Amino acid sequence: MRIPSGLQWAVALAAAFAASGAVVLLAGRNPLGVYRALFEGALGSTAGLAEVGVKGCPLLLCALGIAVAFRTGVWNIGAEGQFLFGALAAAWVAPHLTAVPPLPGAGVVLAAAAAAGAGSAGVAALLKQHRGVSEVISTIMLNFIALGVVSYLVQGPLMEAGGSYPQTDPVPEALRLRRLLPPTRLHSGVALALVAAVGVGFLLLRTRFGFAAKAVGANPRAAALAGFPVARIRTAALVLSGALAGFAGGVELSAVTYRLYERFSPGYGFTAIAVALLGRLHPAGVAAAAIFFAVLEAGSDTMQRTAGIPSVLVSVVQGTVILVLVGLERREWLARGMAQ
Amino acid sequence: MSEAVLASLLQSAVNMAVPLLLAALGELVSERAGVINIGIEGKLLAGAFAAMSVAYVTGCPWAGVAAATAAAAALAAVAAYLTVVQGANQIVVGTAINLLAAGLTGVLYRAQFGVTGAALTVSGLAPLRVPVLADVPVVGAAFFEQTWLGYAAFALVPVVSWFLFSSVPGLRVRAVGEDPAAAEAEGVAVERTRLGAVMFCGVLSGLAGAYLAVVYARTFIEGMSAGRGFVALAIVVFGRWMPSGVLAGALLFGLATAIQFHFQAMGLAIPYQFFLVLPYGLTLLILALVSGRAAAPAALGVPRARGGQL
Repeated sequence: MRIPSGLQWAVALAAAFAASGAVVLLAGRNPLGVYRALFEGALGSTAGLAEVGVKGCPLLLCALGIAVAFRTGVWNIGAEGQFLFGALAAAWVAPHLTAVPPLPGAGVVLAAAAAAGAGSAGVAALLKQHRGVSEVISTIMLNFIALGVVSYLVQGPLMEAGGSYPQTDPVPEALRLRRLLPPTRLHSGVALALVAAVGVGFLLLRTRFGFAAKAVGANPRAAALAGFPVARIRTAALVLSGALAGFAGGVELSAVTYRLYERFSPGYGFTAIAVALLGRLHPAGVAAAAIFFAVLEAGSDTMQRTAGIPSVLVSVVQGTVILVLVGLERREWLARGMAQ
Repeated sequence: MSEAVLASLLQSAVNMAVPLLLAALGELVSERAGVINIGIEGKLLAGAFAAMSVAYVTGCPWAGVAAATAAAAALAAVAAYLTVVQGANQIVVGTAINLLAAGLTGVLYRAQFGVTGAALTVSGLAPLRVPVLADVPVVGAAFFEQTWLGYAAFALVPVVSWFLFSSVPGLRVRAVGEDPAAAEAEGVAVERTRLGAVMFCGVLSGLAGAYLAVVYARTFIEGMSAGRGFVALAIVVFGRWMPSGVLAGALLFGLATAIQFHFQAMGLAIPYQFFLVLPYGLTLLILALVSGRAAAPAALGVPRARGGQL
């Protein structure tokens, strides 16, 4: 796998900021002022830096999962749904664990989240393996199903006791992930995400599974001829991918929001696809891309407040970076489609 | 359920189905040529935004429809160039197109119309009432009081069917989607055929977006495509890559959406989210029951295969 050269990166970033700058000009603002607000918002204060960690955590975890799947040639578009199912499992389990000591308790909550994410990805894996259903379609369907299920449960069976808001009961205080730097929201889940990055890196680059995954992703027919159990490796990659996204949902719930509600995810699972791609599906690259995206996301609120440009401008940057990199890359390994 | 409730339910079901049908027919042709468009969502959104802005400025909804087509076609051209000419991964490019469209429409909308959130409305396309037929109880108003965009969407079903299965260019589209290398050996211009199919999908997505803005909502709301592009992808699979199946799928998804809106009027004891989830669950179930492999174009998602190479 070729990582884009420094020049390609520089061109892509320059093009992305130039393109968004043009949009800012069209909107009648000064691009330099807007970018300044963006980066000062994210990097200019402790609170801003802490928010980079908070936004980066779910992006990194989901993107690591997506990288595992995409490297194997499994196109998991369902991180958003897996993230929600993970959060849902955590929100459901946590209030029942008040009698459990905090450490194993928090572990159970996160394990439940990972299992739920893995389970929902497992549905797509089963459909793929036994019925030949494209995982692109099934994971997109499962995203919508997750949204509907969460919407129903937070307004119905899981709605907070005695409250009037459509949200679940809070995670008991003892089971929450610790805030590291109050009053900021920086939490210990960020450390878990970094550990996960190292773990996924080891798995993909140093183990037999990682080698097999790469072989299957690069050329499934050749991998099958070489004796790799292609279907099993694909299933494992998809399930692991879902587990990471589900884990991310559990962390977000027990470290940031404490409750589940309808608009729980601002689209982390979708943005993470871009993060994984930008990171070239390489764990170190994914971590760098997650930090870059988190800076954009964390700074975008300040940008919106002080420079009057909607935070969604960062999507222009994100989209353009990917398109330009893809355009520069021509027919590289990533060009291979969902060819099976 | 009274006849009036049923009639209005059916009418909103058909209204919801029109943009889905337009987008899904476009996606059908594109997928038949072997190109999947995850970015259809972004094209819908860009189309809706362009339609609303131009209709607002000119006061002419037709100009809005033209602008929507142009905007979506421009995004489709970028995607087509990268995926078809350069052989880039279709999922990757589609994801980027969606991000780009969400960002562009969000920023430009607020720059143009402010952040007040005041509901700006544009003059929409007028419905064309078919005499006599529109008076048929229950179904009349639903099917025979459409705008020309609505009639065009339904008329496109047999047209696309004829094109794909009875015309020479349609045969080429299918050949390219099944086995590009063989098609090329037979002298079919693989790239040009795929470019055409992707652009057709872009134009239809633009029309679908225009429908949302100048017929359905008569305004623009950020993110107003609301996942309909992904639904269009689902409908194509649900419809087993056949125009008639796509029509059935669009009507079913439209009905499910309409039921949510009419939920309270209908007084059902089922949570509305059931209808929210139903079409997606049903699509999965159908795929599980009838193997997904059989109907999908064999080369779907595979970049060009010139000379038998990836």
